[in-house]
Amino acid sequence: MTEPRLVEVRRNVLKQNDVIARALREQFRSAGVFVVSLVSSPGSGKTTFLEKVLTQLQPHYRVAALVGDLATENDAVRLARSKAPVKQITTGTLCHLEAAMVQNALQGWELNQLDYLFMENVGNLVCPSSYDLGESLRLVLMSVTEGEDKPLKYPTIFNSSDVAVITKNELAAAVEFDWETARKSIEAVRPGMQIFRLSAKTGEGMQGFQDFLAQRLAEHRAVAHT
Amino acid sequence: MHELSIAMGIVEAATEEAQRRGVHVSAVHLRLGALSGVVKDALLFSYEVAREDTPLAGSKLIVEDVPVVILCPRCNENKTLISLQSFTCPDCGTPTMNIVRGKELEVFALEVEDEEVSK
Repeated sequence: MTEPRLVEVRRNVLKQNDVIARALREQFRSAGVFVVSLVSSPGSGKTTFLEKVLTQLQPHYRVAALVGDLATENDAVRLARSKAPVKQITTGTLCHLEAAMVQNALQGWELNQLDYLFMENVGNLVCPSSYDLGESLRLVLMSVTEGEDKPLKYPTIFNSSDVAVITKNELAAAVEFDWETARKSIEAVRPGMQIFRLSAKTGEGMQGFQDFLAQRLAEHRAVAHT
Repeated sequence: MHELSIAMGIVEAATEEAQRRGVHVSAVHLRLGALSGVVKDALLFSYEVAREDTPLAGSKLIVEDVPVVILCPRCNENKTLISLQSFTCPDCGTPTMNIVRGKELEVFALEVEDEEVSK
């Protein structure tokens, strides 16, 4: 062997994922579909929230959902009650969705027949942060029962998300949830982040979120057509 | 824990580069941003598993930590964040999301030796 030497290379380790994610984003843009991905800890209420959102949107828009789960199809069964088309991605032992899984799951779908596509990631606040899925908006959920400092414990996922939803507001008084502290925690790790505080169970705050989605869809299409 | 699949990606990328150049890799240098979502210790451990039975068996992974650098809109200068718990300029306190560095997950150099000519 010769003397060791250093050669410069520049290889983004997640390049493969990023290339697919970029292609997906372009596909979504040209189809005019607004794609929202959801991330949270296990048990934050992603599925309940999404079931409500799908049910609310269903009469007015064409909606569909992809749902990632480690082992079961329970979430897909629950979401299907909304009557929206739902497809399960069983990730096996993998703790997050990757762009290639989304691409495979969407094969044969006519994306231009959709207004909104929701992608529920595996319940995990760590791993999904590294993987771009081509989404238009990444939404991070936390419930009032998780503690106001959750964003400080998981700054990367909050920082990489576009909007935050605080769920289970009907339990806020019972767990003495301090809204101001939570808001400051989010602001510290993701300055300027828009926050929705709501209850999927009682419906409180859901209309505001739906209005937000409608506005973002309109903006998305305005950009796509220029 | 997704560090094993990241480690496998590193091995794959380094193997391709080595084969293209016809060299043997003794170490892989990686830039790891504080916002990459990857835990360094878990990655180093995973690398030991991922490199086995590949041309990179026995190679080292050397990680260069990259802190988050923001462009402060008020100072109009790049500043290094003190902590991920506070996206504010360390000097003037202005909050900002102008992230300049810190998301890197990049193989940037390889320590290589030429393959032996006589086998």
